[in-house]
Amino acid sequence: MDKILTLLSNLVNGLQLGSVYAIIALGYTMVYGIAKMLNFAHGDIIMVGAYVVFLLFVGQGFNPLLALVISIAACTVMGILIEKIAYKPLRKAASPLAVLITAIGVSYFLQNSALLIFGSNSKTFSSIINLPSIKLAGGKITITAISLVTIITCIVIMIALTTFINKTKPGQAMLAVAEDKGAATLMGINVNKTISLTFAIGSGLAAVAGALYCSTYPILSPYTGAMPGIKAFVAAVFGGIGSIPGAFIGGLLLGIIEILAKYYISAQLSDAIVFGVLIVVLLVKPTGILGKKIQEKV
Amino acid sequence: MAYIDIKHLGITFGGLKAVDDFNLEIKKGELYGLIGPNGAGKTTVFNMLTGVYKPNTGSIVLDGRDITGMKTIDINKAGVARTFQNIRLFKELTVLENVEVALHNKYKYSTFSGIFRLPSFYKVEKQMKERSEELLKVFGLEDAKDFKASNLPYGQQRKLEIARALATDPKLLLLDEPAAGMNPNETAELMETISLIREKFGVTILLIEHDMKLVAGICEAVTVLNFGRVLAQGETAKVLKDPEVVKAYIGD
Amino acid sequence: MAEKKAVGNKAADNKKAAVKAPAKGGIFSSRNFKGDIITIAVLVIAYFIISNLKLSSLMTGLLVPVCVYIIMAMSLNLTVGILGELSLGHAGFMCVGAFTGVIFSRLIQSAAMPELLKFILSILVATVVGAVFGIIIGIPVLRLNGDYLAIVTLAFGEIIKALLNNLYVGKTADGSIEMNMSGFKNVTDSAGKFVSGPLGLTKIPKYATFEIAVVMVVLVYIICSHFIHSRDGRAVMAIRDNRIAAESVGINITKYKMIAFVLSSAMAGAAGCLYAHNYATLQAVKFDYNKSILILVFVVLGGIGNIKGSIVSAIILTLLPELLRGIGNYRMLIYSILLIVIMLINWSPKSRVVVQRLGAKIKGIFVKEKAAV
Repeated sequence: MDKILTLLSNLVNGLQLGSVYAIIALGYTMVYGIAKMLNFAHGDIIMVGAYVVFLLFVGQGFNPLLALVISIAACTVMGILIEKIAYKPLRKAASPLAVLITAIGVSYFLQNSALLIFGSNSKTFSSIINLPSIKLAGGKITITAISLVTIITCIVIMIALTTFINKTKPGQAMLAVAEDKGAATLMGINVNKTISLTFAIGSGLAAVAGALYCSTYPILSPYTGAMPGIKAFVAAVFGGIGSIPGAFIGGLLLGIIEILAKYYISAQLSDAIVFGVLIVVLLVKPTGILGKKIQEKV
Repeated sequence: MAYIDIKHLGITFGGLKAVDDFNLEIKKGELYGLIGPNGAGKTTVFNMLTGVYKPNTGSIVLDGRDITGMKTIDINKAGVARTFQNIRLFKELTVLENVEVALHNKYKYSTFSGIFRLPSFYKVEKQMKERSEELLKVFGLEDAKDFKASNLPYGQQRKLEIARALATDPKLLLLDEPAAGMNPNETAELMETISLIREKFGVTILLIEHDMKLVAGICEAVTVLNFGRVLAQGETAKVLKDPEVVKAYIGD
Repeated sequence: MAEKKAVGNKAADNKKAAVKAPAKGGIFSSRNFKGDIITIAVLVIAYFIISNLKLSSLMTGLLVPVCVYIIMAMSLNLTVGILGELSLGHAGFMCVGAFTGVIFSRLIQSAAMPELLKFILSILVATVVGAVFGIIIGIPVLRLNGDYLAIVTLAFGEIIKALLNNLYVGKTADGSIEMNMSGFKNVTDSAGKFVSGPLGLTKIPKYATFEIAVVMVVLVYIICSHFIHSRDGRAVMAIRDNRIAAESVGINITKYKMIAFVLSSAMAGAAGCLYAHNYATLQAVKFDYNKSILILVFVVLGGIGNIKGSIVSAIILTLLPELLRGIGNYRMLIYSILLIVIMLINWSPKSRVVVQRLGAKIKGIFVKEKAAV
């Protein structure tokens, strides 16, 4: 019985971590789907978002929700600026690697700016949710408020995003641009605006993910965003990069696998196990769980 | 038995019969045309002949050897080479290198002797270069041999693709719309070249073409494909006058 | 508007046709070995100049790492530039080479033979093990395409790092080898511990010298350059340019992808061994994806497929942070900005036109002067 309870509480933890991954992965996958680029700096936007919340909420005593809204706004603007300055000029570059390396440059830039501004000492983040935990099964399972909030936030974001893309004009424009930029232009869609919007949404989501992630793992440093960023990237590929439900499912699965591997197999090797599962999945389904197979026309 | 004997060839894509019950016999050394409206399944036939697609039904026999369902590289080794409708050159390689790549299975030395430049490297490389230059000369490309393939004008790119295919020393050469995008002068020149290579290399040629003039001018026999099925087959002049064929091309 | 654009394109095409000179001297075509000889001569001269300079201890400490990064960049360029597949796990092969190389050199440390021979043997072992890992990883990885291949190489790199970070290898007092993932049980003497989990490699014999490193750079350069300009190299580039066409002329895709990938990983293994023997201790976490990305940056900045470019960019980018040391905390920030700016100038289609024009002008001046003389 106790074993089942432990498993359940691990599953909840897994879902919580997975929700954070899913939120980040949504940004990754949207940007990939539309700009066809791996935005390596995406993880660092999480870090920036978390620092903004930290400054306002922990440092200045702002209302946490207000701090989060400002952080989202800051990251959104930053996402748009990064795209305009660093990525847009390379959209038609001869090699897709060019923009990848630039994204790496942006990642270094964000990390080192944070290092200069905040120093290399890590900061202790406090949870943005100050509500009592829920105790189930006679106190044997504790579900923290932040767990619940994270999971619910992720579900809400997922539903909102799906509705936005399927039901609104800008959302439809995103689908069109993802499918074929040239054709979208001919249909009168402003491709530049659509790409900006995608980066804005992705970066805004990263800010949310940053606050939620640091509320659970409260150590904040300039490199905080790197690992969740990479994991979310893995999650996006896992689910089928470019697919929004894929990112959601991939994120959740990845979180659960990671927590279970940590608890039941080995804490040191949990990352290796996560990557191992990814490899196996891609070998069985080379384009991820929900990815579409594209065959080259001869 | 015919040199190339295709029987009941068929393939389905998601329930749609792209090519159905396709039969074709080509004599050795013949120049054969495969024509038909857009989407009739001509390129699909080529893709089955070269192993890009595996046919669902039927058989392909080349010079007495059954090559049905074999892998592309094995079919090439068995003696089938092709060009592509949308030119597929090795863009970053030079013109000469494009042909040398195709000589890969005819002239060999080991990876080791390549890296450590053993005598066999120099010997074989020299032979490859000479053979490639010979082929390029046939197509008047010898002066362009050091150009990057992607820098060639369109018409020459088409020729280079033919030269590359010939380098594999094929028994059957498949040309997919060799005159596409060429002006009348270039087309006329190409017709000459095609006739020339047939004589010079003794190769059997099957070509897909939209340009009726080209087909009527050089092909001894043609097959007309419409909606994946053979509409007419036989001597070029007769087939092109067939009312069914005219209808398929011009419409009612 | 559209018409104007079309006309513009046509003009550009004409211009292209006008300047369409043979791609002489381009790395894809150079068949004469003059280029190779010049490169090697430059490297050797650079070696003599550097070894006679009075360098700060910091710079001296960087000599071997610079060579290691040159080798890494050249070998990764085989995968990225020649094979055309993005690998984000190249440091994994370096890690494998470092660990196996050091374990081997520790095992034969007391053997009666010259140090140089011991080191050469260790490098050979590391090279072979690098190649073996290239095969093991290449088989699944090379079936994938594009970004999926990239993420799986990243995953493999991280797995190698995590596994080696938990590995314990040592020699017990009675001479038997202990190897596990949970900690030493029988090895008690610290001298017998080769690999100690997260502490990594310890007591590494310092065999690496600048001379050996330069010899390795020259050797790897020759191997890369000869490979590219051989039958095999052409087959690999043909696959990169057009897989379907390569298949249609009888190229065995799997085989040649594998050859390039394994050659690349073998050289990374050798580089790892050289790298490790430059330090007293080394941890597996040093070989994370950031290191793979760092090397990828060298490759892209030096020119994808351009082996000589890899040499130059590896040197500049390894030394740049050190040269920027004077500006203290700002150096990595400046480095990242430089990286972005260089990429934008180098790769943006608009700036490329400007750069090319400038280049032509400078060349024009140069040629005129020459003519006047």
